Amino acid sequence: MTRQQVLDLYFLDARHKLIELAAFLDRAERAVGEDDFRLKAFRAALAKLDGKKKNKAKEVLLVFSDPTTKPVAKAEGKGAVGAFKGE
Amino acid sequence: MRYIEPHAHMVSRTTDDYERMALAGCEAICEPAFWAGFDRSSPAGFHDYFCQLTEHEPRRAAKFGLKHFSWLCINAKEAEDVKLAEEVIALIPKFINRPNVLGIGEIGLNKNSRNELRVLEMQVDLAAKHKQLILVHTPHLEDKLKGTRLILDVLKNDQRIRPERVIIDHVEEHTVEMVLDCGMWAGMTLYPETKCTPARAIDILETYGHERIWMNSACDWGVSDPLAVPRTALEMKRRGHLTAAIDKVIFQNPKNFLRQAANFKLAS
Repeated sequence: MTRQQVLDLYFLDARHKLIELAAFLDRAERAVGEDDFRLKAFRAALAKLDGKKKNKAKEVLLVFSDPTTKPVAKAEGKGAVGAFKGE
Repeated sequence: MRYIEPHAHMVSRTTDDYERMALAGCEAICEPAFWAGFDRSSPAGFHDYFCQLTEHEPRRAAKFGLKHFSWLCINAKEAEDVKLAEEVIALIPKFINRPNVLGIGEIGLNKNSRNELRVLEMQVDLAAKHKQLILVHTPHLEDKLKGTRLILDVLKNDQRIRPERVIIDHVEEHTVEMVLDCGMWAGMTLYPETKCTPARAIDILETYGHERIWMNSACDWGVSDPLAVPRTALEMKRRGHLTAAIDKVIFQNPKNFLRQAANFKLAS
C-alpha cells in the first residue's frame, strides 16, 4: 500500500485510539494518588512513539516486558498485568 | 474463502459457533488442550477432558461438515503442581493414538517458574519419545518475551526436536523474529484486546513474510472471536493482498505444518 492508502484506511481508527490514550492519561492524572509501575511503564512506552525510529510497536512491547532471563522460584498467581513490576 | 482454524477451544464455544465457522469457509478446527479457567482437582478431570477432546468434540464438529483435531497436554497454568502434572502426563500415551490427535500442546510457560519449566521439559520429552508435533503457548503480556526465550532454549537444547515440527504460538512484534530465526513455525493469535489485532498481524506478515507462519482465533471462554481468521483475511483483501497470498496464510500454511501429523487429513 502507498502511504496515502494507509492513511485512508487507518487514520480515523488511529486518531480515535490516540484520543482514547490522551483521555486515559487525563483520567489517571485527575485521580488522587501516585503513579504505579504500570503508569510509569506506560509513560516510557509513549516516549517510543516520538521520532522517526522504526519498529515502534516492538519497542513499546519491549518497554512493558520482563527483561530478566532466569526462571522465577514459584508462580505467584496465574495472571499478567501488562507491565513488568521489577524483581 | 477456505481456511483452517489451527487453534480454537471449542469446548468453550456454542454449537452456533461451529455453524458460523463452517459458513465462513472453515474446513478444519484444531483444538489444543488448555486451562478451563479454573484448576482441575485431580488427574481424573484431565482424563475426562481428553475424552471430550478426542470423542465428543469431533462429533459436534462433524454435524457441520467440519473436521476436528486435538492436541493433548497439561497446560502451563496448572503446571506449578509437578506431582499433578506427572500424573496427567502419564495419562497421555493412552490417548495419543486416537484418530484426531495431532501432537502435544499447548505446552509452554505462563509465569516462567521453575516448576513450569520442568513440566515443559517433561512434555517435550514425551513428544520426542512418541515422535509427536509440538504446539507451544507463550506467556501473556509482560511475561511473553522472557518466556519465549526460555521455551526456545529448552527446544533448541533437545537434539531430538526438529524445529520444523514445532509451532510457537501467540507471537507478537517482539518475539516473531526469534521464533522464525530458529526454524520453527510462528502462530499469531487474533484477539480484540491482547495479542494481535488483524491489522497488526498483517503488519507482521508484510514485515517478516508468509513462510512458516499462521493465524488463529484461539477462541475460548474469554473475550475472543471465532471468526477472527476470516475477518483478518478480509482485512488482507482490503489492503490489496492477492487471493493466493491470503490462501497461503489461512489454508496452505496450516495444512503444510499439520500434515506432518499422520492423522491430519482434510475431507477434500
